[in-house]
Amino acid sequence: MHSDPAAIKKSVRTYFMVGAALFAGTVITVSANQVHLAIPIAITVALIIAITKGSMVAAVFMHLSHEKKWIYGALVLTVIGFLVLMTVPMFTMMDSIGTPDAQAGAPHAETPRH
Amino acid sequence: MDKTEIHPGGERVHVDAHAHAEHHEELGWWRTYVFSQDHKVIGIQYAFTGLFFLLFGFTLMMIMRWQLAYPGRPIPLIGQWFGQDRAPMGIMLPEFYNQLGAMHGTIMVFLGVVPLAVGGFGNFVMPLQIGAPDMAFPKINMASYWVYFLGGVTMLASFFQRWDHGVGAAQSGWTSYPPLAVIAPGQTLWLVGMIFLITSSLLGSVNFITTIVQLRAKGLSYMRMPFFVWAQFVTAFLLLLAFPPLEAAGVLQLMDRLAGTSFFMPSGLVVSGKPMLIAGEGNPLLWQHLFWFLAHPEVYVLILPGMGIVSEIIANNTRKPLWGYKALVYSVVFLGFMSFIVWAHHMFMTGMGTTMSAFFQTTTMIISIPSVVILTALLLSLWGASIRFTTPMLFALAFIPMFGIGGLTGLPLGLAPADIHLHDTYYVIGHFHYVVAPGTIFAMFAGIYYWFPKATGRKMNEMLGAIHFWGSFICINIVFMPMFIQGLGGMNRRMYDGGMQYAHNKELLKYNLIIGIAAWSLGLFQLPFIVNFLGSIKWGAPVDKNPWEATTLEWSAPSPPGHGNFLTEPIVYRGPYEYSVPGSAKDFTPQFEPERA
Amino acid sequence: MNIPYTVEERPDSGLANGKLGIWLFLASEVMLFGALFSTYIILRTGASEWPHGELNVWLGMANTFILIASSVTMVMAWASLKLNDWGKHRLYLIATFVLAGIFLVNKYFEYSSHWTRGELPSRSTFLAIYFTLTGLHGLHILGGMVVMAYFIGPGASLWKRNPDQFANRIEYTGLYWHFVDLVWIFLFPVLYLL
Repeated sequence: MHSDPAAIKKSVRTYFMVGAALFAGTVITVSANQVHLAIPIAITVALIIAITKGSMVAAVFMHLSHEKKWIYGALVLTVIGFLVLMTVPMFTMMDSIGTPDAQAGAPHAETPRH
Repeated sequence: MDKTEIHPGGERVHVDAHAHAEHHEELGWWRTYVFSQDHKVIGIQYAFTGLFFLLFGFTLMMIMRWQLAYPGRPIPLIGQWFGQDRAPMGIMLPEFYNQLGAMHGTIMVFLGVVPLAVGGFGNFVMPLQIGAPDMAFPKINMASYWVYFLGGVTMLASFFQRWDHGVGAAQSGWTSYPPLAVIAPGQTLWLVGMIFLITSSLLGSVNFITTIVQLRAKGLSYMRMPFFVWAQFVTAFLLLLAFPPLEAAGVLQLMDRLAGTSFFMPSGLVVSGKPMLIAGEGNPLLWQHLFWFLAHPEVYVLILPGMGIVSEIIANNTRKPLWGYKALVYSVVFLGFMSFIVWAHHMFMTGMGTTMSAFFQTTTMIISIPSVVILTALLLSLWGASIRFTTPMLFALAFIPMFGIGGLTGLPLGLAPADIHLHDTYYVIGHFHYVVAPGTIFAMFAGIYYWFPKATGRKMNEMLGAIHFWGSFICINIVFMPMFIQGLGGMNRRMYDGGMQYAHNKELLKYNLIIGIAAWSLGLFQLPFIVNFLGSIKWGAPVDKNPWEATTLEWSAPSPPGHGNFLTEPIVYRGPYEYSVPGSAKDFTPQFEPERA
Repeated sequence: MNIPYTVEERPDSGLANGKLGIWLFLASEVMLFGALFSTYIILRTGASEWPHGELNVWLGMANTFILIASSVTMVMAWASLKLNDWGKHRLYLIATFVLAGIFLVNKYFEYSSHWTRGELPSRSTFLAIYFTLTGLHGLHILGGMVVMAYFIGPGASLWKRNPDQFANRIEYTGLYWHFVDLVWIFLFPVLYLL
């Protein structure tokens, strides 16, 4: 890995640059929110920015860009599992046979039950 | 100066002073036997605790079967112990029946089978089989046992918790479905206990995967690992990735119970005539998804270690290599992967549309293929073999047809149209018990008889073993086979009167009596095992390193292995099942021997 | 007893034990938070209306900056060790700890302002998932702080005895910390903005 001082010094510059990029990304995402986009577009934009920021954290801060095969393998499996968990339950509820909920407007709780 | 000493296996060994100092740091009794970081001690702790919970869960079932065989009759001998809140005048209340049912399932799955199969066998055998001195993270290993122990204590304590109208444990099935589970008594401690157990599992799975990747001995490539290690490897990945959603779901259900949230509580709920004062808009199906996302891979966690154990024993007692080692490995990896995308076959009756039902039906049918490949490979391994009918082999042989029945009866359940008729009936109970009881638990027994000599330096008694086997095998089939008949006839599960209240069950009720008697007899036939197991620790016939003449690495260590396991660094020269190699003098060539005999 | 590859890397996997261990643990954490994000999706698609403007976006944004900064200081704490600069390492590690503390203080103010206005988890599924997601995340921040406190305090002596092992442990702490930051990078827009 990068154990020699020269390589680390280069990485230090990268760390600060990524930090700045992440700050910028945050400002962008908040600004984008001020613009009233349709919900699906808003979600897409927010996710794209978040995924970009997250990838930078993973690749640079977590050294994932030069990590070993076993780590990649475990993470690929995890990402697949994560995506399944995000999408499949929603699909089963979208594709359902039954009457939609009659929203009777349940009264608000005043005290928590035990 | 030449120093020698006797190692636990009885051999006199040369030890140099430095190694002596390293190996014999004098740890007190507590650090050696209770808070040990040695994988063998931890494995034995898991095994003993797991076996205790198996017995406890079994006892709960024996009590349930009394109510089913003789509905409304006072429980004999022990009836009055349960008190007014559970069994007034010794007659079981429906709430108590439900507690027994929910806790039987929970305890058997989470406190019994998995801790024994993974925590017990995995911890004890796996590092030895890969030639490691211990697990990668010994402290975390110790922690995982004690967190499991805490979870077990919490679950046991739940039997005694009091609420408004009574006392007792969770009573909403081991599946804990909301809204019932949110409003029913007894769930809070169950949820807390589950969180402990899941944490223990996660700690363990990190350890198992790291150990197998990092601590294999020189020469032990992945395709030379015993199939038992592959099975534990895949199992660890299942535990690692599938358990966290249930942990999250448990926290959410706890919040629904304690903080009044509505994660799983729909709008418009009315309980006992009164509308519930909650925010609503929650989704009960969300729980089912998160629960089954774990619980389906969990059933593979239940079976895979057993398949691994049976494979080792079959190879050893047929004196032949396993048939299709590569097929076994690819199948078990593929099975692990597929197990994440079949879960909603437990939810066919929840109103899923045809598209998603078809998706899950398809993946479920696909996942049966690797299971069949594995079972076929084990069966074909018997072809042309000269079988040694040792006690472990009896149980391992029985595993094959028993798991076959269990697996095949699962197929109609995986087909959505057939499941309409069979869901929530005794057919389901018959199916899953066949895979877990004469399946996995027989594999556990096989493993105990097989590895007992390695752990203790003594063999268990073969006569008692044969009685244990034949009695168990006959009784267990009489317990579970009639359940298919009952289920096909439409008898529902989880009914405390055995189905009496429904006219369509009339002809099926007689089986309840047969099943009950067989279940109690099955209990009696565990006595020879208990006597044999405990007695042989002290009085079993002493053995040396390799009493079964086996080929895998654990048999090169002393019986029992000392701290650090191996006297010299283990090196692997060949595959794990070199039995009856043509041209060699012995009928087995161990992995760890440099030259063929 | 000496477990191999605790510090040095195993040739065929290229990893030390702890590196693989921490990544596996993080994989399980992805699934844990994943379940909660899945819960969010299902609750939101099933809700008749989803609240907007109940959360303080500016406080959330400030917290995002704080956490990103703490990620930079955390990786610098490890890099300083690799450059053999003990003083800088201490500075950066303590800075990370302090930033984490500020994050939690902000969250405390946020939570108490909700509670005084009666905005409890039981009020709506939005508040329920908001409190659960941020609460679990906050517990992870706290856990990270405990580990950092250990390495600032009693654990620091390992640097003298086994500098490579100490550097590895700081690296693993960093990996955990970056993951916590990563979760927040998704939490913030999902809960506060969308």
